[in-house]
Amino acid sequence: MKEQPVLDVSKLPLHGMGIASPAWWGTCTFMLIEGSAFGLAIAVYFYLMSLAPHWPPDVPPPDLFAGTCLTVLLLASVVPNVLVSRWAQQRKLGKVRIGLVVMSLCGIAPLALRIFEFPAQHVNWDESAYGSIVWTILGLHTVHIITDLIDTLVLACLMFTRHGDNTRRYGDVEDNALYWNFVVIAWLPLYACIYWVPRL
Amino acid sequence: MKTAAISLPLLLLLSGCGGVQSALDAHGQTAILLKSLIIFVVATCFVVWIIVMLVLIWSLMRRRDGQAADDRSLHRRITIAVSGAVAATALIISGLTIASFYTTRGLDPARDPDMTIRVRAQQWWWQFIYEDADPAQSFHTANEIHIPVGKAVRVRLESSDVIHSFWVPSLAGKQDLIPGRENVLTLRAERPGVYRGQCAEFCGLQHSHMALFVIAEDEESYRQWASAQRKEGLQPREPEIVAGKALFMARQCAACHTIRGTEASGTTGPDLTHIGSRHTIAAGLLENTRGSLAAWIADPQTLKPGNNMPIVPLSADELRQISAYMDSLK
Amino acid sequence: MTTERRSSAATDVDLDDAELDRQLDRTWAGRTSFWGAIAAVDHKVIARRYIVTAFVFLILGGMLALAMRIQLAQPEARFINADRYNQIFTMHGSNMMFLFAVPVMEAMAVYLVPLMVGTRNIAFPRLNAFSYWVFLAGGILLWISFALDTAPDVGWFAYVPLSGPEYGSGKRADVWAQMITFTELSALAVAVEIVVTVLKQRAPGMSLDRIPLLVWSMLVMAFVVIMAMPAIMFESSTLIMDRLVGTQFYNPAEGGDVLLWQHLFWFFGHPEVYIIFLPAVGMVSTILPTFVQRPIFGYLPVVMALIATGVLAFGLWVHHMFVIGLPRLAESFFTASSMAIAIPAGVQIFCWLATLWAGRPIFKTPLLFVIGFIITFVIGGLTGVMVASVPFDAQVHDTYFVVAHFHYVLIGGAVFPLIAGIYYWFPKMTGRMMSERLGQWSFWLIFVGFNLTFFPMHILGLQGMPRRIYTYQPEMPWGGLNLFISLSAVILFSGFLVFFIDVARSWSAGRPAGQNPWNASTLEWAMNSPPPPYNFRRIPVVDARDPLWCGSDELPVASGLRTDRRELLISSVVEALPEARESSPRDSVWPFWAAIATSIMLIWSIFSPWAIVWGSIPIAITLIGWFWPKGIAEDES
Repeated sequence: MKEQPVLDVSKLPLHGMGIASPAWWGTCTFMLIEGSAFGLAIAVYFYLMSLAPHWPPDVPPPDLFAGTCLTVLLLASVVPNVLVSRWAQQRKLGKVRIGLVVMSLCGIAPLALRIFEFPAQHVNWDESAYGSIVWTILGLHTVHIITDLIDTLVLACLMFTRHGDNTRRYGDVEDNALYWNFVVIAWLPLYACIYWVPRL
Repeated sequence: MKTAAISLPLLLLLSGCGGVQSALDAHGQTAILLKSLIIFVVATCFVVWIIVMLVLIWSLMRRRDGQAADDRSLHRRITIAVSGAVAATALIISGLTIASFYTTRGLDPARDPDMTIRVRAQQWWWQFIYEDADPAQSFHTANEIHIPVGKAVRVRLESSDVIHSFWVPSLAGKQDLIPGRENVLTLRAERPGVYRGQCAEFCGLQHSHMALFVIAEDEESYRQWASAQRKEGLQPREPEIVAGKALFMARQCAACHTIRGTEASGTTGPDLTHIGSRHTIAAGLLENTRGSLAAWIADPQTLKPGNNMPIVPLSADELRQISAYMDSLK
Repeated sequence: MTTERRSSAATDVDLDDAELDRQLDRTWAGRTSFWGAIAAVDHKVIARRYIVTAFVFLILGGMLALAMRIQLAQPEARFINADRYNQIFTMHGSNMMFLFAVPVMEAMAVYLVPLMVGTRNIAFPRLNAFSYWVFLAGGILLWISFALDTAPDVGWFAYVPLSGPEYGSGKRADVWAQMITFTELSALAVAVEIVVTVLKQRAPGMSLDRIPLLVWSMLVMAFVVIMAMPAIMFESSTLIMDRLVGTQFYNPAEGGDVLLWQHLFWFFGHPEVYIIFLPAVGMVSTILPTFVQRPIFGYLPVVMALIATGVLAFGLWVHHMFVIGLPRLAESFFTASSMAIAIPAGVQIFCWLATLWAGRPIFKTPLLFVIGFIITFVIGGLTGVMVASVPFDAQVHDTYFVVAHFHYVLIGGAVFPLIAGIYYWFPKMTGRMMSERLGQWSFWLIFVGFNLTFFPMHILGLQGMPRRIYTYQPEMPWGGLNLFISLSAVILFSGFLVFFIDVARSWSAGRPAGQNPWNASTLEWAMNSPPPPYNFRRIPVVDARDPLWCGSDELPVASGLRTDRRELLISSVVEALPEARESSPRDSVWPFWAAIATSIMLIWSIFSPWAIVWGSIPIAITLIGWFWPKGIAEDES
């Protein structure tokens, strides 16, 4: 077929940011997938609870301390996270570098607390279905923290190289921040489920 | 098959391990109700299919002269036709849903049953427990139950290993037996006969060989059968059978099987107190004869590979004695 | 920064077509070496591999079906023993669902969606390559286990406790579970690509109401994948955990529940049917108008029906569990919702009939398969309405009636349109036409063979023959029909044989197709066949639902994209207004290595939980290699 140019796109930017970026949409789609998985885990938790005569079965409810500290920490980490995202939007390389280092620490600290969360459940994964689902929820969320932490560490390294000062990288930083927000927000229903539902 | 149900002994003679097993050959209260639903729904759907096919043929074959592709009135007419068809679909669907709902209500086992049988399905046979308020009056059987015609029999369904499904299509629809749960089904045979059923949920290696028989008979015959089943296993007098019994107790047999009135009290295998009275062995696999009993005992793993009965090494004489003993347990 | 670079960079403005083709080819074509092939990220190359692989699995799965038919042709046959038979029917189901049907439909999407929406490559092409390698590894895992006589033998649904630690011996159920993880991982990856491609890479002007129906169906399918597949991945992981580290999810003695498995499985498993079916109806809605040379009647109702099907798909999973002993209220609800799915199906059928009625049918092979589809799918749909009724289902559940029903839906409802699609798009994919004469032969053999094979199974089911039995006893009155079915299956197989012979012959010796042999209306027919690596010389600009039927010989296009880097257009979600010129990644071997690392971790984790820890390290390394910027033109912004 003969072609008839009717539109000149040469003035368009070489890379889209935010909702003009396929990476942003890809991140959202993955969040949808993982959100479905978290939703399912919660559904399974309530399903098992509906079958059990007592909940939690034959063990005291989990200790609140470690989990609550972790929740506070995660919520607090949203502040530097949003700042990093904003700095990336404004393409401030120096601030983004600092921010990513801070965010790396914000990723490591919850992992340290998470170690104390497992024993706080008073149940092992192989003792009952209750233990299994609680450990699975904690494990699933831990995997998300670790994934985002590795992503943050790699990005932090990248920002210190010659590839750092690039709109594409700033976009990556924003997407990474978006994902961390997701990891934090997804934790809240899980936290309520694990620590507060047994106390109802 | 239908006429055969009238004459029970003739049926057993003619068809060996057979028996009626068809949703379309309904002899139970529930199955009869389900059959009329099936006929109604299939007939409705058949009419729908014919209409759609006629429209399809018309669309493909109709004459097309001088018709403008984007004629507005044509478009409007098609729109009306399509909307009408969608509305008709919705109506038919609602009708079928309501028919389905009322059939389910008709099946409601709300009233008190006349008797209760507990089923424990196992890989790959059926354990039946006739419960009685007086524990001494309850008894076990395997793969074969007798019920009185015209009585509502509640069947309590349990599984002791994996999921099975209890299905005697000529009497009622199927219901799963699920470990950790209990389901209930009501059987009510309207006519005497032998109704075959088989496991309908895949349960492992020998899922294909997990049949059961429901023998519906008049109340008097049922009573006789039940009182015979309540008795302890016969004490043998013939030397061959006496030897068979001794062997049964001495070898592994007694560890898995129960014969009431003897020291054999294993529970992993079927209760054999009255095995001689059953029509088949190995969950419908073989007709129950002394020959097939001997074949089964000699080599259960070839006849039904993977089943839980081990091969017990026996000499020819021992085999004959044990099978004679089994055969004598009427 | 951007302005400065743009002036120096090569763009397609002021180039004649030949020179532009040459420059684009240099930028977009992959290397032809072995590693070049491993590194390919072109959606057409990946899709072709996907389709060929899936059809190989179809042939293998068909062989299994043939083996089962030989075994069932007579009572108490000894052709296959119980253990092997259980492996075979498990393999047949798992293979057809996870290695053929879903992948082939997604592969058609991977091939066609970028062409139909007018872009140069799928979104995240490296993820696409990764998904193919993971899928291939999953398929190989399953078939190697079959060759070693250790294939799963627990059914494609793998109900616990039969598949659980106590009754599922060896590693058979673990192989099944991990094959699931492989294929679902690849399916999810493709779903993400389809969603982003459709939402963000459409040609300028292709607003939501101008998207081709096939693309709509693939978009809905992708969303159904995204919502449904996590359930089965959660499930396969928990099964492996129950078997490997002693979790108690499915153990009723420790507070677990065996029905939890069924709920999770069918929450995925029912939508799975629509994951296969939606692309098929999309194909029908695309092929039908071409062979009546008239736009589809009722574009909007058909789109609504697709979306409604996708939503309703999540409200009917319990109809696979009608005999587990449900509360009355649940029975009524799921009967009603299962019946309701007939309405969107009806809307589509009536719109197709209306399109046929209003147009002038051209009876070529693709249309024949579409007509065959309508005839058989209506039967499958109506038997679906039957089994939606709880009391009806109490008699036919887990019998050959259901076997007949879902083969009518899956073969009649999905494979017929797929073969129509292969006949239809083969000229585009290979540049050559398939044989019309062999096509007619294969249609009649497949259509007649299919109906003779599967229709009698309805009767068998009502006569009381359960599914998944490796044999039946001579006293049962099923021998005659089973023999008839087995003989009819030979006709069906010969039909498929003719089809494959046609494909093989036409691939090398078919008549050259030209750009648009069927005079179709959608964008994939606007370029040469087979399409060049960059798809479109210039991105088309769309101002109608049927862009090639606008009565003009000229295709409106956009100019101004660079030729020295892989560049495509990003547009807005609703209106498809151009937003950015985005780069598309170059070829890379990293997705291949990442898939290898993933496969090692997944297979290792059948044997040891520590595989999750140690096996993740190579995955992380390969992913870093994958994403680390290389300082090339594609990295510019």
